[in-house]
Amino acid sequence: MSYEPTIPPPRRLKPWKAVERGLAKVGISGKALVLIAPVLWLLVFFLIPLAVVFGISLATKQFGRPPYSPLLTTEDGTVQLTLHLNNYIKLFSDSLYVAAYLSSIRIAFIATVITLIVGYPMAYAIARAPDPWRNVLLMLVVLPFFTSFLLRIYALTGFMRGNGLINQFLGLFGIEPLVMMQTDFAVYVGLIYSYLPFMILPLYTTLVKLDASLIEASADLGSRPWQTFISITLPLSLPGILAGSLLVFIPAVGEYVIPALLGGPETLMIGRVLWDEFFSATNWPRAAAVAVAMLAVVVVPIMLLQKAQNAVVEK
Amino acid sequence: MRRGWFLPITAALGFSFLYAPIISMVVFSFNENRLVTVWSGFSTKWYGELFNDPQMLGAAWLSLQIAAISATIALVLGTLAAVALVRFRSFRGRTLFSGMVSAPMVMPDVITGLSMLLLFVAMESLLGWPAGRGMLTIVIAHSTFAMAYICVVVQSRLSDFDRSVEEAAMDLGASPLRTFFDITLPIIAPALVSGWLLGFTLSLDDLVIASFVSGPGSSTLPMVIFSKVKLGVSPDVNALATIIVGIVATGVIIATAIQLRNRPRKARR
Repeated sequence: MSYEPTIPPPRRLKPWKAVERGLAKVGISGKALVLIAPVLWLLVFFLIPLAVVFGISLATKQFGRPPYSPLLTTEDGTVQLTLHLNNYIKLFSDSLYVAAYLSSIRIAFIATVITLIVGYPMAYAIARAPDPWRNVLLMLVVLPFFTSFLLRIYALTGFMRGNGLINQFLGLFGIEPLVMMQTDFAVYVGLIYSYLPFMILPLYTTLVKLDASLIEASADLGSRPWQTFISITLPLSLPGILAGSLLVFIPAVGEYVIPALLGGPETLMIGRVLWDEFFSATNWPRAAAVAVAMLAVVVVPIMLLQKAQNAVVEK
Repeated sequence: MRRGWFLPITAALGFSFLYAPIISMVVFSFNENRLVTVWSGFSTKWYGELFNDPQMLGAAWLSLQIAAISATIALVLGTLAAVALVRFRSFRGRTLFSGMVSAPMVMPDVITGLSMLLLFVAMESLLGWPAGRGMLTIVIAHSTFAMAYICVVVQSRLSDFDRSVEEAAMDLGASPLRTFFDITLPIIAPALVSGWLLGFTLSLDDLVIASFVSGPGSSTLPMVIFSKVKLGVSPDVNALATIIVGIVATGVIIATAIQLRNRPRKARR
């Protein structure tokens, strides 16, 4: 019997060895080689920028380029550090900032709760769907996420405008047109609409791993479906609920596009305040202080999210 | 089970909520009327207008270039980060590193945009680089947040696959570097493709970060769309959206079909 190799014989590639030896000689290990590029990149383009924001939030607006006062100045050979706290004082004393701050948290929270209520049954339905359907439905959840966010928000305006489709439909029944655009209602619809996939995906991941025999056991022992849901399904899907909620809440707090396109002038959100402070008032230090304040709100949720995501993946 | 009707109905409602606006946008892109939501006849004139708009075309070309370059940079960095996180169980600063990798993903866009811009301005006055703002600065900013998403995609693929194949290669004398290129890379290739595509779409989609870090004369497609939409109704935006939805839908459907077709074959083995 002749031996027929199904796998091509291993190529003898020497260069790898040479490269590795060369690197080892200079004292670079494989680990360092893998780590160096991403670590440097994140240091320079993620961590240092956050430090810069903090630094500039302690400057004050001035005319010129760049439009903020230097923190360090040299005068007669001595280096002087000038820190201004006026941006933070303004942040806490001006009711506009306080109101915008609180209302962003409120809007983001309410939107997260509604998204959870809408997303949970959807995720559950997908997790329980028969196999070929499950992938198709999952694809339908992901698909809008890949189409432009901006264009989807624009599509919503077509629905909610004064002469939009909803009002045209209501008009058929002689119902007066509703004012939906430029209200907080439109902002909620926009937030739920854009962030629904972020809620569904982690929920689906936990629900699909749920052991069906537990639910059967609970039913066999005489629980009603809602009792099973409360005592089995809900607690077991908590990591997914947490991860999904944080994935909606964190970006929603800082959202700019949705309140700008769908909200009215009275819709106060901190992301919009930051944007206007930067682009309209060109007060960079004030915008930086707003960013630091926003970071203070999202930093704990971000850390929680990391824990929750690990729990979703591992379970 | 009694609740048989509840789940399908809520799912159907949810999906129609997700899709009705998109479908109406596609339908009304063929509307002859300037009023976007009043139908007055079939026409493709908005597509013609779209392709005769030099500002829109220029912005689209710029956005495509930025998306391709930043997705590629992010793919390399994200894959390296994923390898480090999955394969190196412990190294100094691992917690900080994993935090830094995933944080750009959820960081509100306004913070990312502002912090990047302030960094570029500070760097320019200290080092003279990057000179001014434009395509380069947008590419850097997009690579940073796309890297986070790509890292997650590659990470899940890396932790899924059978490590014994790698070990076998090493036992047979392959060096770690060679094992990576001959064994690991081909196995994670599908994740790399979907990661790159994800990075590409994320970049193409970003308005807020690009607005902060772009300079005069470098308006990306979302920036042009945003200024148009803010001014009011523009039917050519419907046409553009239809084209994008068409491309994305085709891509995602093909990808899903390939996945579905590969699955039973794997099970047979």
